[in-house]
Amino acid sequence: MAEKKLMKGNEALAEGAIKAGCRFFAGYPITPQNEVPEYMSWRMPAVGGAFVQAESEVSAINMIYGAAATGVRCMTSSSSPGVSLKQEGLSYCAGADLPLLIANVMRGGPGLGNIAGAQGDYWQATRGGGHGDYRTFVMAPNGVNEMANFPHKCFEVACKYRLPAMVLADGIIGQMMEPVEFTAPEVDPKNLVEPDWALGINNGRAKRIVKSYDLREGYLEKMVLERVKRYKEIEKNEIMYEEKMLEDAEIAMVAYGTSARVSVAAMKLARERGIKVGLFRPITLWPFPKNRLAELSNRIKKFLVVEMSLGQMVEDVQLSINGAAQVNLHAKPGASVMTAEEVYTTLERIVKKGAKEYAVAK
Amino acid sequence: MQLLNKRPESLVDVPMHYCPGCGHGIIHRLTAEVMDELNIRERTIGIAPVGCAVFADTYFNCDMIQGPHGRGPAEATGIKRCKPGAIVFSYQGDGDLASIGMAEIVHAAIRSENITVIFVNNAIYGMTGGQMAPTTLIGQKATTCVEGRTAKQAGYPIRMCELLATIDGSTYLERTSVHTAPGVLKTKAALKKAFQTQIDGKGFSMVEILSMCPTNWGTRLDNPSEATKYVNDDMMKVFPLGVYKGEK
Amino acid sequence: MYQGIRISGFGGQGVISAGILLAYSGMLEDKEVSFFPSYGAEMRGGTANCSVVIASDEVTTPIVSEPDTVIVLNEPSLAKFEPLVKPGGLLIVNSSLVNSKPTRKDIKVLYVPCNQIAGELGNAKIMNMVALGAFASNTGAISLDAISRALPKVYKKLKPEVIELNIKALKRGAEIKLN
Repeated sequence: MAEKKLMKGNEALAEGAIKAGCRFFAGYPITPQNEVPEYMSWRMPAVGGAFVQAESEVSAINMIYGAAATGVRCMTSSSSPGVSLKQEGLSYCAGADLPLLIANVMRGGPGLGNIAGAQGDYWQATRGGGHGDYRTFVMAPNGVNEMANFPHKCFEVACKYRLPAMVLADGIIGQMMEPVEFTAPEVDPKNLVEPDWALGINNGRAKRIVKSYDLREGYLEKMVLERVKRYKEIEKNEIMYEEKMLEDAEIAMVAYGTSARVSVAAMKLARERGIKVGLFRPITLWPFPKNRLAELSNRIKKFLVVEMSLGQMVEDVQLSINGAAQVNLHAKPGASVMTAEEVYTTLERIVKKGAKEYAVAK
Repeated sequence: MQLLNKRPESLVDVPMHYCPGCGHGIIHRLTAEVMDELNIRERTIGIAPVGCAVFADTYFNCDMIQGPHGRGPAEATGIKRCKPGAIVFSYQGDGDLASIGMAEIVHAAIRSENITVIFVNNAIYGMTGGQMAPTTLIGQKATTCVEGRTAKQAGYPIRMCELLATIDGSTYLERTSVHTAPGVLKTKAALKKAFQTQIDGKGFSMVEILSMCPTNWGTRLDNPSEATKYVNDDMMKVFPLGVYKGEK
Repeated sequence: MYQGIRISGFGGQGVISAGILLAYSGMLEDKEVSFFPSYGAEMRGGTANCSVVIASDEVTTPIVSEPDTVIVLNEPSLAKFEPLVKPGGLLIVNSSLVNSKPTRKDIKVLYVPCNQIAGELGNAKIMNMVALGAFASNTGAISLDAISRALPKVYKKLKPEVIELNIKALKRGAEIKLN
């Protein structure tokens, strides 16, 4: 067993990326993710990689666009407003089929919002965020341990299927400290095979072009459809989720990240008080575990989505369940964290009073 | 029969899409000749901009990347930091470099990124159809200033060489033109110096090249000298040629 | 067992480092732990606070909204955090700096002259250790031994004699008990 360390989520994420073979980082300061560039600034040179504090988020993502095109595992991180700025570049990366890791340590929005943890960027993360038809592989860690170990999975998927991967965390997970074990395999970039599309020293081979456009009639469609094949493979092979106490559940909570942690607490309260409730936690937000949710809805007829946003993931849950069960919502926008008691109260109203809850919690 | 000159190896043998009288074709060829002469083609990575030169990724016979508008210097930074042995150039127009990409070019110079920038200044947006550029002259007509640019409404043309010369990190900056044969030769020499600066690891280099856009300038296409005359009589007054940083 | 703790005081009083030390100590005792700091703009204006959880079960939310124990190291923190203490919970007050008295009757209050004791030991910086010592002995949530072992792991740059001084401060704090 690896030695346990007490680490901040943001630092675990940075170290996890390094251990997964990341050797280039570009970013720009923004709370609550500042520990990521801070950590990378000294750690990258120590492992023979490169770090650049970019002049803007826009520039940072384009440095990543260039770095990824050379086949080097690379990463940028930011928080909500900064991730908005990166969307154009992210769309180009998706359009040029480049693997990379981007982390969004979400804060309150819209606009400047505030710097506390929030989950308001779910749509942006899972719907593409930038322009055009594309997908991003999105993983939602629920604590420091997953921050440490998800970069490995993100890079594996990103490199295998050639698309950007995202760690979608929030200010609470980024700032908190927990014991952490780096259990994911360590990747030495020297052992990675250079991709056959990577730009570099060509030694007589034919030139390579990395680009996201094709102006010839019908060719862009071909390019997109070829990409869709890989998306379908990801949907088939890479979905991850966690289930807790669903076996006998009469109601299932659906939550990710920090709100999944609160839901666990609410579940314990409810179980103590006689409500048979379980938790379904999507770990990949795209691809969303819709088939498993559909299966569960054959048996469980009530669902409660718990999220720190106005009601974003709830739409994916509704699409998955497609009317086969009642979908309720406990939504908490504005970068506030719901308490376990609050969630329990909602559960109680649904289960004991037969209420249908679909409101933003006060 | 003696072959006096041939297509540079660094240039792909395909017809270019540029308009008659445009300077891009000349500048592409000069860049390719310099790559051949410095024997760097196989380790060069070029960046194509958004704008008329978007297809530069097709024309140059080296590894190429095409990316977002104005972000060439940022892409170049990522590439160069990951592949320090590669020779990296960013090919940009005036809208790309001096308007939307102003932050990226300035900060690449501030960091003294060891890259080469080829900046084609024709004082107009070509690809989108003749809109005002950041380098459009006062009085010059464009589709977004149909009566000619006025300082009151749109400010003044920006001089990039002069601006970047104030930055400690810029190593070599020169402004040339391709409107005359001597200008073409001087441009080639400047490009060679710029790439050599990078090969020697000396930091940021840029050649700003005044170029013609007969199509969008509204000059008569049956009289190419009108466009070259505009460079000579008008542009060079606002954008004086010369070395702004580094060895003359 | 579950122990949710809030520590609050001025920046420079070692609020954050005491919280990290506590979480680390819990980890050494194979407990489930979490630490969550105030950060960014919340830190401006000179006050800092943090949440620590030490538990036998998995930690759900790391933000402790109803703490079992609150440690207030300065005057403004008393007003802010006294209302949060769980009924029957413990409020540790740094009586060297906090002049006001808590008003709640449904909680236990322990007065610890942290600065005075730290001064007696010859190093003002270790006042947070006095508070942690009192916390450990009065709650039993963590052992003094675990905190002592965590000290050199968390403060890697401290000289052994300074570590020793910190341990002394812990022990002095631990001597102060609820009636």
